[in-house]
Amino acid sequence: MTTPALTPPAQTQSRWRAPRLSLRFWPVFLRNLLVWRKLAIPSLLGNIAEPLMWLVAFGYGMGALVGEIKVDGQPVPYILFLASGSICMSAMQAASFEALYSAFSRMHVQKTWDGIMNAPVGLDDIVLAEMLWAAFKALFTVTAILGVMLALNISHSPKMLVAWPILLGVGITFSSMALVFNALAKGYDFFTYYFTLFLTPTMFLSGVFFPLDQLPSVVRVVADWLPLSNAVALVRPLFMDQWPRDVLHHGGVLVAYAVVSFWVALALTRKRFGQ
Amino acid sequence: MTNCRYRERNLPRRVVIPDNHSMNAHSPSAPLFQVQHLTKRYGDTNVVQDLSFDIAPGECLGVIGPNGAGKTTTIRMCLGLTVPNAGSITALGLQMPVDALAIKAQLGVVTQLDTLDPDFNCEENLLVYGRYFGMKDAAIKKRIPALLEFASLTSKAKAKPGELSGGMKRRLSLARALVNDPKLLLLDEPTTGLDPQARHLMWERLQLLLQQGKSILLTTHFMDEAERLCSRLLVLDHGKKIAEGKPRDLIAHYLEPEVVEVYGVGALALADSPLRAHAARVEVSGETVFFYTRDSAALIQALHAYPQLRTLHRPANLEDLFLKLTGRQIREDA
Repeated sequence: MTTPALTPPAQTQSRWRAPRLSLRFWPVFLRNLLVWRKLAIPSLLGNIAEPLMWLVAFGYGMGALVGEIKVDGQPVPYILFLASGSICMSAMQAASFEALYSAFSRMHVQKTWDGIMNAPVGLDDIVLAEMLWAAFKALFTVTAILGVMLALNISHSPKMLVAWPILLGVGITFSSMALVFNALAKGYDFFTYYFTLFLTPTMFLSGVFFPLDQLPSVVRVVADWLPLSNAVALVRPLFMDQWPRDVLHHGGVLVAYAVVSFWVALALTRKRFGQ
Repeated sequence: MTNCRYRERNLPRRVVIPDNHSMNAHSPSAPLFQVQHLTKRYGDTNVVQDLSFDIAPGECLGVIGPNGAGKTTTIRMCLGLTVPNAGSITALGLQMPVDALAIKAQLGVVTQLDTLDPDFNCEENLLVYGRYFGMKDAAIKKRIPALLEFASLTSKAKAKPGELSGGMKRRLSLARALVNDPKLLLLDEPTTGLDPQARHLMWERLQLLLQQGKSILLTTHFMDEAERLCSRLLVLDHGKKIAEGKPRDLIAHYLEPEVVEVYGVGALALADSPLRAHAARVEVSGETVFFYTRDSAALIQALHAYPQLRTLHRPANLEDLFLKLTGRQIREDA
């Protein structure tokens, strides 16, 4: 039998090829859920203690000084203003932390992903599972905080129910963005840059603590395109028992960040794994 | 067979893992796994060059070679995890990498480094891994007791990998690779780092699997492991296949049947002495001279003149073959 010594390259696929996603992501998601279930309570306390401290200290402390703030011309108690912004911030932080530190542990330190890829689960599905998992954790954290906010009677607008799926979307956006940096990381130290150079400024420029119209116009332009400020623009009116305006615009920005980030994260992760 | 006695002593614990599918679905003549003209380059370095081999159903194919010979890269390509520059891989009638997931559904893999989940106990590790194959929880749970018993880990069902010894972890990895009842196992240095007891137990388990009709692709650094387990061997060096055949045939083909090792003060001088005439080939390594010979009697007689030297007379083995084919130098780049 004569076969040519060298057959053409077996696979010349672009790293930027379309995502190959399937339901095979589900057992990977379940795996993370099973680990987390064992540590859920301490992990929950860690996740909600800090945002609640911010809320209580700033909301009641600063709130006493500030009194009411004007949002679109309407007076709003500062605590409500802060609560509606910080819930978005909590979703951002929970998703980012999970998709950076925890995903990196599974991918790089424990080699969990390598083990999974020896079974019939592709890398794309693993990245999808990690993305959704981090978003789920964000949703879980946010749900707990929402519960406390209801108990504190900060808002009892029934429209807050609509905020819930939006916050899942916020989790998806920020976990997708974090996975880009997860794919590039050599070690945990790298993530400090992401937190201090991106997430912290984002926190201050997204209308969580003070209204955006106080910012200089140049900064305002940047702020308007940050994902967190668009999330806040959607969620805050719901806390005020109103419907948000420019839903397509704000939602579109979040979706664009999520889609582009997820695609880039996928391409960079494929590169990292030589696929 | 040197390990017969060992096996007999341990065999009463034999466990047969129930089959989910018939092992004979494949016609016996067709190879289960076929690699043709596989090539992988990283930059200017050829890591694997024009490598071809088959694995027949029920066969254990061993891949031996020094560090950096391309063994792990070959396994990764067989799993579709590394994309070859050229060549084709066919498995169970399917084509890699297009059908990678369908192929992997029928494979069991044990990698060099354990990828066990540290947060799960042994049972949970098996359960979670079985789910990756799309198995139902009930079906996996039914298999877990037999898998744990096969791995001699029944008493450790609730222990996490951090509480297990090296040998136990490797056996758990093997049990995990069997969760989907695979036809073919790919084992990358499954006994590296284990003590002799753990290694023997692993060998015994692998032999059981072969008796049950599984096929195995095994990479190893241990020549006794290769000789015991493998029906056929592939010797790799610098990414190329340099020999292939049954262990005994390879030894007979490449080597003189007997070896006399001589060491001690003044041994090295013998390499260039008239004693050389009694050997077909002489090699020096460190302070030892190796005489490869077809007629050891005359050589040993002549060595009586050097009572201060120590000698070891033995049949040629795979290690001699390996060293002859791949050289005695340490691979600094490995």
